Amino acid sequence: MTGAPRTGLASVRDWADANPARVALAIVVTIALALVVTEGLQNTAQTSLNGLSYGAIYALGAVGLTLVYGILKLTNFAHGDFLTFGAYLAFLVNVTWELPFALGVVVAVVATAMLGLFFERLMWRPMRGKGAGMLQLLLMSIGLALVLRNTIQFIWGSELRSMDVDVFSTVSFLGLQIGRTELFVMIIGIVVLLAVGLLLRYSYLGKQMRALSDSVDLAETSGIDTTRVITYTWLLAGGLAGLAGALIAAITNVKPELGFELLLPIFAVVVLGGIGNAFGALSAGLILGLVIEWSTLVIDSRWKLAIGFVVLILALIVRPQGIFGRARTV
Amino acid sequence: MSLTELLPIAISFEEFTDIGFWTSVGVLAGTYTIFALGLQINVGYTGVINFGQVGFAAIGAYTMAILVTDASFSFWLALPVAVLVTILFGLVIGMPALRLRADYFAITTIAAAEAIRFTAQNARDLTGGNQGLLGFSDDWDVVSDRIEIWLEWLGWSNPETLFPLLIVVWVVALLAAAGLSVLQRTPWGRVLRAIREDEDAARALGKNVFVYKLQSLSIAATLGAISGFFIALNLNFINPDAFQPLVTFLGYAVLILGGLASYWGVAVGAILFWTVLEGLRYLDLPFEDAEIAAIRFILVGLALILLMAFRPQGIFGKREEMVLGD
Repeated sequence: MTGAPRTGLASVRDWADANPARVALAIVVTIALALVVTEGLQNTAQTSLNGLSYGAIYALGAVGLTLVYGILKLTNFAHGDFLTFGAYLAFLVNVTWELPFALGVVVAVVATAMLGLFFERLMWRPMRGKGAGMLQLLLMSIGLALVLRNTIQFIWGSELRSMDVDVFSTVSFLGLQIGRTELFVMIIGIVVLLAVGLLLRYSYLGKQMRALSDSVDLAETSGIDTTRVITYTWLLAGGLAGLAGALIAAITNVKPELGFELLLPIFAVVVLGGIGNAFGALSAGLILGLVIEWSTLVIDSRWKLAIGFVVLILALIVRPQGIFGRARTV
Repeated sequence: MSLTELLPIAISFEEFTDIGFWTSVGVLAGTYTIFALGLQINVGYTGVINFGQVGFAAIGAYTMAILVTDASFSFWLALPVAVLVTILFGLVIGMPALRLRADYFAITTIAAAEAIRFTAQNARDLTGGNQGLLGFSDDWDVVSDRIEIWLEWLGWSNPETLFPLLIVVWVVALLAAAGLSVLQRTPWGRVLRAIREDEDAARALGKNVFVYKLQSLSIAATLGAISGFFIALNLNFINPDAFQPLVTFLGYAVLILGGLASYWGVAVGAILFWTVLEGLRYLDLPFEDAEIAAIRFILVGLALILLMAFRPQGIFGKREEMVLGD
């Protein structure tokens, strides 16, 4: 904001524009406090717990999508189906082969990472070489989404399936209850999120990724092996999508539409966090998870998915550069 | 040895001489022609990537059905009202969203379309939820019967029930394609193309780019609503499942097959697309119905990928007209 400092309401707005992250935090805290007052501490804390589980999953799904967008300028509509792929691989290991769920998660992560890399080599790299336009890439990603989802449906059918995990035993603490599986999901989700955050912030690879998302050409001239960084980006994006898919399948169901239904909430997180901004996606994921679960205290829970749409459309219209993004042409 | 034993995959050819098969393909092709003409004016001529066309079809169909069943409007009055409501909705979404970058606009429109489907699923009092709505087509049935009698008078002893719909949908589709082609040759149409080629240049020449884009979106909304009416009449009821995001993507497949920046191409693309897609149902493959359904959409996905990779201009499009928002 340039020009003379303004007074009154205008100065508040200027401050809010300059510190959007603080404003977002203040709004979240205010909502939380309001809910504690109206709905009670117990209910608020319980829904917050659920919100963190889902939020961690949205965040895991969103980091990969946002990194790929930031570095390759590719809006990958097939990203949701990467989650579905991970969920079905975990299902294959856990239910069909009757091995532990944790092993299923590991297989899902590795296989989905490879899937991401496979399509990079098969489609995206050649198309970049051809200098493909945005519409071409968008429609190819939609084509890929259809191929993935329907191949899964061809192999496994369209019925709802469940992981072979313990859905009955719960852990109680401080008067709150959480399912054993949900706790596992939440802990894995948040630990991996923190690890990814640290990796992106402090490792050399993270620094290179940020360089590429500023400008691939400049990164290349300064001696960064861009092909290698792009390879790692797809491995990371795919791996995290596979993890998110396997985790959400454990606390909900396994079905071919799983990932596509999560795609819009994940887009909401990506936009809210500032498209291309991985840290933004991490925090925005948790915020969206909390807000969606909190909404069940006030409105019928069948409307809770609508919160994702509302947040997405509002974020795009009111603040398309995201909470943490810099104002650019968007 | 007969032919079927020689071919690993045999086609039961009798389906392709069946008038019933061609009538249902024709109705779908006509409906998707109208649907994709809306995409053509947005994507092919204005460079606006509308991913929410199915939302317009849903608003149009639901508004019409609700007006007829709940507010006892006549069907013929409900149609123009539903078109106006759909245009209004397009303006509400377009006014803020058209100021965004092209890919953000795509995401906003798909989200808006999904929000509509989600509302249709959950606002059960108004929309009947997943059960959907029926009983809106009495006035149409009268007309349909009259056309059937006329067909019998022409000498067709037992006409297909959907044949009157086939006639009407194609009359509308061809009128729309002709109207748009004429519109495209006016100065107004040339401004749209200028916007597609270079928005800033059009703006520098004093054209209000935003208003032109809104007009283009309103036309797409109108065509979307009309295709929604035909979806409703074809099914004889509507439910949220008829308005999946997949419908928009099938519309894009039709659009790309026919070629960007060609209105007549859309009609050809729609006929080709639905002949192949419906014809696949009758391939004699050793699979269950559900598996065949999956194979059909795998092929749609592959077709989109391969067309975009190797012939992005489609059959009738011109390579020079493919400025796809770099």
